[in-house]
Formats: sequence, C-alpha cells, structure tokens
Amino acid sequence: MGKAIVITSGKGGVGKTTTTANIGAGLAALGKQVALVDADIGLRNLDLFMGLENRVVYHLVDVIEGRASWRKAIIRDKRLDNLVLLPSAQVRDKDAVTPEQMKQLITELKQEFDFVILDCPAGIERGFRNAIAGADQALVVVNPEVSSVRDADRVIGLLEAEEISDVNLVINRLKPNMVKRGEMLAIKDIVDLLAIRLIGVVPEDEKIVISSNRGEPIALNQTTKAGLAFYNISRRLLGEEVPFEEWQDDDTFFSRLKKLFGID
Amino acid sequence: MFDFRRLWGGRLGSGDKAKERLQLILIHDRSSLSPELLDLIKQRILDVLNEFVEIEERGLAIELEQNDNTSALITSIPIKAVRRNVRAL
Repeated sequence: MGKAIVITSGKGGVGKTTTTANIGAGLAALGKQVALVDADIGLRNLDLFMGLENRVVYHLVDVIEGRASWRKAIIRDKRLDNLVLLPSAQVRDKDAVTPEQMKQLITELKQEFDFVILDCPAGIERGFRNAIAGADQALVVVNPEVSSVRDADRVIGLLEAEEISDVNLVINRLKPNMVKRGEMLAIKDIVDLLAIRLIGVVPEDEKIVISSNRGEPIALNQTTKAGLAFYNISRRLLGEEVPFEEWQDDDTFFSRLKKLFGID
Repeated sequence: MFDFRRLWGGRLGSGDKAKERLQLILIHDRSSLSPELLDLIKQRILDVLNEFVEIEERGLAIELEQNDNTSALITSIPIKAVRRNVRAL
C-alpha cells in the first residue's frame, strides 16, 4: 500500500505545481513507483511542467465519471518509466467531483504505486477539499512573504481539522542574499511562526524558469541549486537524513564591503 | 556581527517587520471564530445553563472581542428564574 501526499499552499503562485512535478520526479529517480495527480480541475497545468501536454487523451473527470479507467487515462513520463501522470480536466464544472470519489480513486492508485502525489488547487474551497480527501500526508509550500505565510497557517489548520497530522513545510523561492541583508523572512522565522516540520528550502533559481519552458523537472538535474533542493526533499520523504543545503552568498556589493572591513 | 543598517537610522530590516506583522496576524487569525462555530458554542452554553436556570433567549448576546494580542468571548445571558429542581442544591 502506497502513500498519498498532497501539495498545497492556500495562496496561488507559490510553486505548488513545480513542487509536485519535482518531488514526483525525484521519488521516481530514487526508484519508487510514482503517480502524479493534477487535482486542479478546470486549470490543467501539471502536464506542461512534465512536458506531457501533447499526450493527454483522458483526464481525471473522465476517470471519476467512468468514461475511462485510470489505467487508460494515465500518461507515462518520457524520461522515467516508473513515473505517470493523471492529468486534470479543462471542464468548467468544478463540482464534477466529490471528496468521496477522490478518496476512492486515490485508494485504488495506492494499491499500485508507492507514492501518489496530488497537486492541489489554490484556495480553500471545494477543489482543496477534493485534493486533500485521500491524502495521508501534506506538504505545505510557502514563499518567504507575509501573505503566503498567513494563508499557509489557515491551510495547516484545515488539514489538522481533516485529521491529516503529517504536515511538512517547503519554503520555496528563498533569496539567501535578501535574508542576509535582513530584508526577507528568515527560514527560522517561518518555521517558528507555522510550527510544523521543515522538509526543504528551495532557493530562487532562474533555472526553474528554463526547466518549465522546456517541460523538464529540474529535480533531475541536481547540479542546479533548486534541482538539488527538490531532489533532497524527495530523499527526506523516504526517511533519509539529508542535511539542509547551504548556498554560497553571491558576490554582492555588500559582501565585498564587509570583506574589505574584515567583518563577518 | 556589526550591522551597517544601524548606522542608517537604526531601522529594522523589512524581514523583521514582516515577522512582527505575521506574529500579530496569526494570533488574530488563530483566535477568530466563524459565525457557525460561534452559534454552536452559544447553543452548547445554553444547553448547560438550561439545566439550572431559565434563560431569556431574546436578550442573549455572545461576541468575540479581539484586540492586538488578546481575544475574549464576551457574553450576557439574562436569567428568568432558577429551575425548581436545583434550588435546593
């Protein structure tokens, strides 16, 4: 029996879909059987991050409504044959699916896959309820920014109310230089405020844009900062003790000035 | 480490400002109650009190009062009479 992990955040645009694609790819690269489920009904995106948009035939709502079996609807990844995607529908009717139906589907997928990773829509309405319905564990993605942290806190409360107690934090888009200058929330501040276990910190990285342009998950390229960070989250999910990555401070005017004065 | 920012007016970095704001926002969010939950609490309080006293339901008020860092449930429950069976207690 596999495990279902929902990737959620409350706020939109913080990197849920990127996180889903990369943690899934990371777990598959580590040899696990992985199914990615795009639970953002109406706004199909996960297929684009995986570069699989041209292969979509059937989708989640087809499976729920019995027009196709999940075996028929899943798309196998181009790079890793132990990684599959169940794409979302482009239909407008978000009420096409109920939490009970999602739970049923996830239970079936868990029979066949080690990990079922669910990409949750933004918000805390019906789509959120559907996405978390079958989840055993949650990763809450947050950006180091006031509104994102606030929304994450609400989502953590809602997950607890649904008795999902295994909730872990991913801090995405951290800018280490800004933290050093005191102009960004620090990792410790966010962890203290939200009081859940930190499972990874992903630094802001231009290479993410490049990898999403290409439709290739960056976790498969561990020479990039963000790729390594996502890959290491996958390893931590498997129970490995992986130390948090340290990023070299880039050469800024400020760091040169400090060096000049022999401070720091 | 010596902090250069102190030389320029001694202001906190905006990161600290964000943290301070979030501390207050989260205290507020975490102690806020939805109207549905407030109704449920009201009903439970009434159920308990009803065992002992007759309540004038029309004059009943229950509100959540929130300041910067404290929250309190303020309630006023007018009583018509103590129930006969508990008067001897």
